[in-house]
Amino acid sequence: MQEKDNTRRKVLIGLTSAVGLSGIPFAATPFIAAWNPSAKAKAAGASVKLDVSKMQYGQQIQVAWRKQPVFIIRHTQESLQNIDAALPKLADPNSDQIEEPYKGMNPTRSKSSEYTVIAGVCTHLGCSPKYHPEVEPKPWDASWAGGFFCPCHGSMFDMVGRVYKGVPAPTNLPVPPHFFKGSILTIGEDGGTA
Amino acid sequence: MSEMVGRLFNWVNDRLPVANTFERHLSKHPVPSKVNFWYLFGALASVVLIIQIVSGIWLIMPYSNTEEEAFASIEYIMRDVDYGWVIRYMHTTGASMFFAVVYLHMFRGLLYGSYQKPKELVWIFGCTIYLAMMAEGFLGYVLPYGQMSYWGAQVIISLFGAIPYIGESLELWIRGDYYISGITVSRFFALHVVALPLVLIALVFLHLVALHEVGAGNPEGVDIEEHLDEDGVPLDSVPFFPYKVLNALVGIGVFMTVFAIIMFFFPEGGGYFIEMANFEEANPLVTPEHIAPVWYYSPYYAMLRAVPDKLGGLIVMGSAVAILFVVPWLDKSKVASIRYKGIYSKVALAMFGISFITLGYLGTVGVTEVRKTMSVICTIIYFAFFLLMPIYTKYEKTLEVPKRL
Repeated sequence: MQEKDNTRRKVLIGLTSAVGLSGIPFAATPFIAAWNPSAKAKAAGASVKLDVSKMQYGQQIQVAWRKQPVFIIRHTQESLQNIDAALPKLADPNSDQIEEPYKGMNPTRSKSSEYTVIAGVCTHLGCSPKYHPEVEPKPWDASWAGGFFCPCHGSMFDMVGRVYKGVPAPTNLPVPPHFFKGSILTIGEDGGTA
Repeated sequence: MSEMVGRLFNWVNDRLPVANTFERHLSKHPVPSKVNFWYLFGALASVVLIIQIVSGIWLIMPYSNTEEEAFASIEYIMRDVDYGWVIRYMHTTGASMFFAVVYLHMFRGLLYGSYQKPKELVWIFGCTIYLAMMAEGFLGYVLPYGQMSYWGAQVIISLFGAIPYIGESLELWIRGDYYISGITVSRFFALHVVALPLVLIALVFLHLVALHEVGAGNPEGVDIEEHLDEDGVPLDSVPFFPYKVLNALVGIGVFMTVFAIIMFFFPEGGGYFIEMANFEEANPLVTPEHIAPVWYYSPYYAMLRAVPDKLGGLIVMGSAVAILFVVPWLDKSKVASIRYKGIYSKVALAMFGISFITLGYLGTVGVTEVRKTMSVICTIIYFAFFLLMPIYTKYEKTLEVPKRL
């Protein structure tokens, strides 16, 4: 008799606990979802436009997209010819390890054969790498072929933001969605088919 | 009059266990009669906790948690609020002092085996407090929205990005924006002033309850429960109140003097307590030339930098903290105190201490080849201290522990 009562009790306890527990994900949903970027934050993170025709050859400029630096480089003829100068030192020259939006389109990794558009945020811990286009010995690399050097933890990238081997940064600098319309570059949108 | 007070006390006492609790946890709570200064830091930590809570509440009042106003509101506190600078420096000095006394408190634990059976839970609650403090300190450092707030947070949040698959969306979820914005600051504010303090206070309560259950230790590692008088009170004990309380007050007096000297004369601590870059407002487009954490995180930062792999660095850093939790099961020694342990334990602890301090220094300076090699060596010593502990504590010759304190 006692045994039987206990079984019923255990089943009921089990059932009520299961029903109660199944409510936890539902109750947690609003608390977790409230931490997602709000509609306002998403709107503020929309695209930016700028005219890149005034850039000097070899110049690098920085624009803020989503308040993060995006680097735009207008390559010189010389640097375009030597774009693979650091090839043996690169960890992922073909950007196979990341999602490369415009893969195989241009050696510059962008939608343009002349400009490179890359996120100016080190893939290691988010510092902003510095532009060192000079081909000359540097304290961090005796045979420096030009590129980006991160002052925080010493990661190195080449002129189009491809990461060197043996540095803390794990991947190439990503290419943000962008398109050119005449000399107007839009960052943050793909512009449909290029 | 005194009769009325007595009756009021009785009335309360019949409804709330005041006298009972006072006796059980203070006036009749036995603690070892002989301890040394190492046993003071727990009391100091609770003093700093109170300082942090009170000064923190006063800082909330003039502080503004928006992207536009956060930095300006700190300057407002420093310049326009009467004595605002004292309250802010009390809080920043308190943060550094909190870690200073907690590090010494933890080292005491390693020195005298304060984690050994049956004190495992006391130790685990303590480690959890340390973890919560690290989170609390990080969140608080972001609130002024200075350059180092921004870039320090950028580095720390990016660490979550190293987690495979979910990393990047996790980063976005933590920030609530595409960069560390006012949205991030205000959620960190809520966590810093409400959520984590509640967690910390609850953990401190559990730490003390567990400690009172198993009894405080002593530098000899003698179990005072073995020799009791006819009333069942340990012979080598004194009541916590008034003996230990008055004793601690002397230490607290000395500590408060040091605290006040720092607060009034060296609040920035030469850039180690408040970093110079944080006197400049956050600029998401310009990374400071040199990013270093505040001194109390720097040993782990040095470990992170010693590993040339993002996920690997994160794992090493996390393991360095996680390994503390299992120390009670790594120490196989028959004795608790370093006084009676063998030469291996003494050498290991000394090397551990030196490597931890060296890592602390390395974490605050820039990277060079030599320093990187040193970081690697010190990181290895740090882990070897823990991982080899089951071996060297088991096979070394220990001394006989005295029966009485």
